[in-house]
Formats: sequence, C-alpha cells, structure tokens
Amino acid sequence: MSQTTLPPVEKTQPVSAPGGTISDRSKAERKLGWMLAGPAFLVMLLVTAYPILQAVYYSLFNYRLTDPENRSFNGLSNYWVILTDQLWWTSVAITLLITVVTVAVELVLGFALALVMAKALSSIRPVVRASILIPYAVITVVSAFAWQFAFRIDTGFVNNWFTWLPGVSDTTDWFGGTGTSLFVICLAEIWKTTPFISLLLLAGLAQVPEVLQEAAKVDGATRWQRMWKVTIPNMKAAIMVALLFRTLDAFRVFDSIYIMTAGANNTESVSFLAYRQTIARVEIGLGSAVSVLLFLAVVLIAFLFIKGFKIDLAQARGER
Amino acid sequence: MASTLAACGGGGSDSATPVLNWYINPDSGGQAAIAERCSEESGGAYTIQVSQLPRESSAQREQLVRRLAAEDSSIDIMSLDVVFPPELAQAGFLAPVPEDIAQEVSEGVLEGALQSATWEDELVTIPFWANTQLLWYRKSVAEAAGLDMTQPVTWDQLVEAAESQGVLLSAQGRRAESLMVWFNALIESAGGSIIEENSDNPEDVQWGLSSPESDRAAEVMATVANSSAVGAGFTTSSEDTSATEFESDAGGFMVNWPFVYARAQAAVEAGTLDASVPEDYGWALYPRVDADSPAAPPLGGIDLGVSAFSAHPDLAYDATACIVSDENQAEYMITNGNPASSAAVYDDPEVQEAYPMADTIRESLEAAASRPQTPYYSEVLGSLLREYHPPGAVDDQTGERAQELMQAVLSGEQLL
Repeated sequence: MSQTTLPPVEKTQPVSAPGGTISDRSKAERKLGWMLAGPAFLVMLLVTAYPILQAVYYSLFNYRLTDPENRSFNGLSNYWVILTDQLWWTSVAITLLITVVTVAVELVLGFALALVMAKALSSIRPVVRASILIPYAVITVVSAFAWQFAFRIDTGFVNNWFTWLPGVSDTTDWFGGTGTSLFVICLAEIWKTTPFISLLLLAGLAQVPEVLQEAAKVDGATRWQRMWKVTIPNMKAAIMVALLFRTLDAFRVFDSIYIMTAGANNTESVSFLAYRQTIARVEIGLGSAVSVLLFLAVVLIAFLFIKGFKIDLAQARGER
Repeated sequence: MASTLAACGGGGSDSATPVLNWYINPDSGGQAAIAERCSEESGGAYTIQVSQLPRESSAQREQLVRRLAAEDSSIDIMSLDVVFPPELAQAGFLAPVPEDIAQEVSEGVLEGALQSATWEDELVTIPFWANTQLLWYRKSVAEAAGLDMTQPVTWDQLVEAAESQGVLLSAQGRRAESLMVWFNALIESAGGSIIEENSDNPEDVQWGLSSPESDRAAEVMATVANSSAVGAGFTTSSEDTSATEFESDAGGFMVNWPFVYARAQAAVEAGTLDASVPEDYGWALYPRVDADSPAAPPLGGIDLGVSAFSAHPDLAYDATACIVSDENQAEYMITNGNPASSAAVYDDPEVQEAYPMADTIRESLEAAASRPQTPYYSEVLGSLLREYHPPGAVDDQTGERAQELMQAVLSGEQLL
C-alpha cells in the first residue's frame, strides 16, 4: 500500500497581487502587522537578545565578580580553555547521553499515552488527560527531591520494593556510581516530561484527518499499517516539534543533577558546568563562555532537527 | 511641635529609627530572638530585622556575593560561615571593624573562633558562635571492644573496634563540604595543611598536598572508606545520614557536630527513639591520625560581617557587639544547640546542664584547626572534591593531582 497523505493543494496566486508587486492593501496589512507585533518583538529582543549579547561580551574577559578591578580582556582564550579541557567533553558526553536516552523513551511512552488519551471515552477523557499531566505540573526541583528520597539508601523505599530484581539489594547505593546515578536522573526526567511530549503528540494525532484513516481502512490496511503509513506521516510536524522542544529541554538538564548527585560520580551536565563557573566560582568570563557554547549547541540542535525532518513549519501551519 | 506633627503623621518616633537588616542562616529562631532583644536594648537607636538565607552554606555565599557585588545596600549584618570571611574581606565587601568594637568582641573568645574571623592579621568579622565535631560513641560498644575512651583514640583503632563488634563507624563521605571538613581534620592531625602559605595572588599559593602528611591523611581516609566499618551508602553519607546510622542498632562510632545530641533527645521526646539510645551516647575529642600526633578537630560556626555598602555601618557594629554578648551566646547555645565562641559561656551552669559535653566542646574548640583560609575557598573546595571523591579511591597520588588541579584552576587554565 502506498503512503497516504493529504493531496497536494494547488497553489493559486491571490487576485490582488499579480506579477510579484505588493498591493496597497498588503502593504497596509504588513504595516499593521508590524505595529501590532512590534512592541512584543522589541520586548523579546530586550529579554533574550540583550542577555545573550552581554554573555558573549563577558566571555571575552577574565572577570571575577569578587575582583572587578582586575578585569582584563583576553579575547577567545576562555573558549580555548574550555574546548581543550577534558571536563567539558565529559560533560557534553553525559548531557548527550541523558538527552538521547530520555527523549527516545519519552517519545515512545508519550506516543502511547497520547493514543490512550485520544481513544479514551469522551466522558473520562478530561480525567485521563489531567492525571497524565500531573507529573508535568510538579516543579522539577520537587520531583528531583522525591526521586532522590525514593532511591536513597537510608530513607528510600525502592531498595525494599525491588529486591526481587537482579542487581538490587537492601544495600544498593544508587547515587554511589555513575551508571546508577544516571539511571535515576533519566528516570526522573522521563517521569516529569513524558506528559509534555504526549500532549504535543495528542495535538498532532487530532490533526490527522479521519477521512484518511477511513480510506485506508476501506483499502484493507491493518491497524499497524494505518499507524505507520497514515497516522505517523501526517503527524511529522507535531513529532518534530515535540522532539525538538524536549531535546532542547533535555540538553539543558540541571535541576535533577543538582539535587540528586551535585555532580558527583561524573554526572555533570553542561548546564551544571556553566553554573559552577558562573555562580559558585563567580568567574563571570569563563562561565559566560560556557553558556555561549551551550547556547550554540542548542542552536545547532534546532538547526539539525529542522533540516533533518525537512519540515517547513510555515507550511505546517498552512501558511503556504 | 515638630514631634507632635510627626506623631500625628502616623510614624511616631519609630519612623526615624534605622532598620538594620541581618541576613541569617536558618536556625530554630534563636537569631530572630536575639535581634528582638538587641533592638529593645538599643533604646530606639536601631531595629534589627532578620532575613533568612538558604540552608546550604554554599548557597548562602552565592546569594551574599551576588548582592554584595551589586553593592546592595539592604544588607547590614550577615551571618557568615567561617570559611567565607577571607573572600569577602579581600573583595572589599566588609566594612572595617572599629577598633573599640574589635577589642570588646575579641576578649575571651576561643582561639579557633577568633582565627576564623581574622584575615591578614586583622579582625574582619565578629565571632558569633563556634562549632566543632566530636567523636561520638556508644558506651556499650566501646566497652565491649575494650577501647579506653578516656584516652585519645586513632582512626585505625576505631575501624578495628567497629569491625570487631560488627557496628558502623559513621563519617561523611558525600561529595560536599563535609568531605573537606573530614580531609582537613586528617591532614592537620597528620601535621600538614592543605594550604601552607596563602597569597593575594592566586598563582602564588603554596600548597601542602604533595607532602608525606597529605599522603598519610589520604591513607587514613581510604582505610576508613574501604573498611567494612562504614555503611553501604558511605559515598553519599551526610551529617544527617551519619546521625541516623548512629541512632540505629548498627550505630557504634561517629564523627559529627554536637547537634546530634539534641537531635536524639528530640527523637526521644517525639517517641521515635528509645530513651536508652541517647543514654548510651558517649563523647570524646575527635580521633587522631597517629597515636603520637594530636587531633585537629574540625572548626565550624558563624561569624558576623557588616557590609561595606550598609548605610549604617557604625550602628551595625554596635548591634553585632550586642548580638555576640555572653548572655546571648549562652541563650542561643541552650535554645538552638549552637556552641558559643566565648570561653566563659561554657562555665554557665545552665549551659553545663543542657550540654553535659560542654567541656569537651570547649576543649575541642581549643584544639580545632580551621579549613583553608583563602579568598579562593570555593575553588579549593571544588578541586578537592573532584579528586578526593569517592574517598575509597584516594591514594598517595591523589594529593599531587588535586594540587595540580587547584593550581591550574586558579591560573585560569582549567575548568572546575
């Protein structure tokens, strides 16, 4: 069976805009658009672009908050220090590991939950949605503490409940090693943000035209085939948005690590590294450079996703 | 006429009273009570208002340093952990201590506490309360193991005794300040120091980690961590975890701050601990590294700093002098369990009654060794934790590595 998607819409030029010229009406609309969106755009620039530019500026200095008199310009040397340090690369590797594991598991789990929510009887649908969303409503620091307490060797109940699992005993120290610490950190992240992915995927599921499903059913497609050939291809934009948002979020992981291990046993993420230089050491220059690199990594991830999925978000919104 | 008008304005004479903001570390309300008392005693000269800082001392520092760097004038008095005065003094964040106040507050203060409030031979903060770790033991266990606790004991003896009795020796192996506290006590008892000589220039600091004393400290740390005397969660064990372990049936020996005694009493009152447990508690001076070298117990506590950006530094210093009076320290020790920095307080009969170990605390404070006093304390701490955690993996190469890391970090050549 061939892949079923929406039939291509024939593009028609608006009557009022022949031959690439802009009509007076379009001009007026564009002007109005700028007037309406302009203030918001300006505020956005102030609250996002300004701190980013300031961080870029500070990253070129040797600047310690408690020693402002000895601030000196040192060009790109902060970046050189960071990129030649093994600690940076270890943190990048740990961050990538957490990102890949959590996003992959969340995508599968989130999709399953989205299907449950989509198929749930309309009478119980609000209850199902609300209950699935509860973890997302919990503040990350609070959920990190909850998971830490559950897995701690002294107050935790996990060791008592799961002794039947191989490798788990009364004395398993989950936060005593890299692997087990990362396992709990990933678990907390997955529990916390799977609802977010499932909600985005639910929105995507709702956008798949029922008529296509029925057409495939008439053509004799099995449930599995309908999933792979109809549902998922038509949710591509939603999946990409869900993956992109969660990947960017996961790449900035901080709270869970800060609470559970405080970076012990090689569990430091890139954000943690930025925190340590900027907040704990008050080395504003070095910390800003780490933050700028983190920002560039996030931009790169977003770029790769959009290129990789070959999705035009404007088209997904139906603008073109 | 003017005062009548001011009174009619609703503010009364109180509106002219300067308000001093005291940033305190969380406690059981003792500092707020002192603030109230001193406000009253000032006779309208000032009113002290308390604002609470975060629980962790590192988070307290982070908040204070950021505010002070921004020259925040809302801070007048600060409760500072004893490791922070050098950094704040070096940065010019502390108002100079007036000579008469310096004289007044230094009299009769225990040596370690006074040392912690001093930077470059000058008193930069006011000693408030001093803390120290003791060696806690179960009398029944020590007796069964044949240990004479009236005599100084070594770490090796404790490991042996705990192993022979099948009980736990609780210390703090977590990657946190407590590991620094432990290691510093070990290296100082071995006769060395983490920093041999300090310097204003971070690149000229003289380190003491590639020394036989440092190796000996590492050896003791690894021996304890790798013995069967420590609990399974030793690498994540904190002061609270240790106290819980010590309260349990497996409890045998523990190094910890005096709060554990009040904690056990409270647990008995709450009905969660059998009264026979704290009755079995014994205390002694912190263990030694070697039998022939003295112990160097950890030193903690709080010093009071006055912000250089305060609008009323003179009043703030008057207030600190009131806060640290012997009466207030005694009251604070009894109600909040935080030991005084003034030696005379330990002779107070009420203190003696509430704290049967008061004399041991004073003795411990007299023998205590402070953690590295340096404006770069957070870098030293961070580097040390990176190399000395987990404590079971520490060996005679660790000191050298930690020293190289500290040097590289302070020279700006490496991340932390």
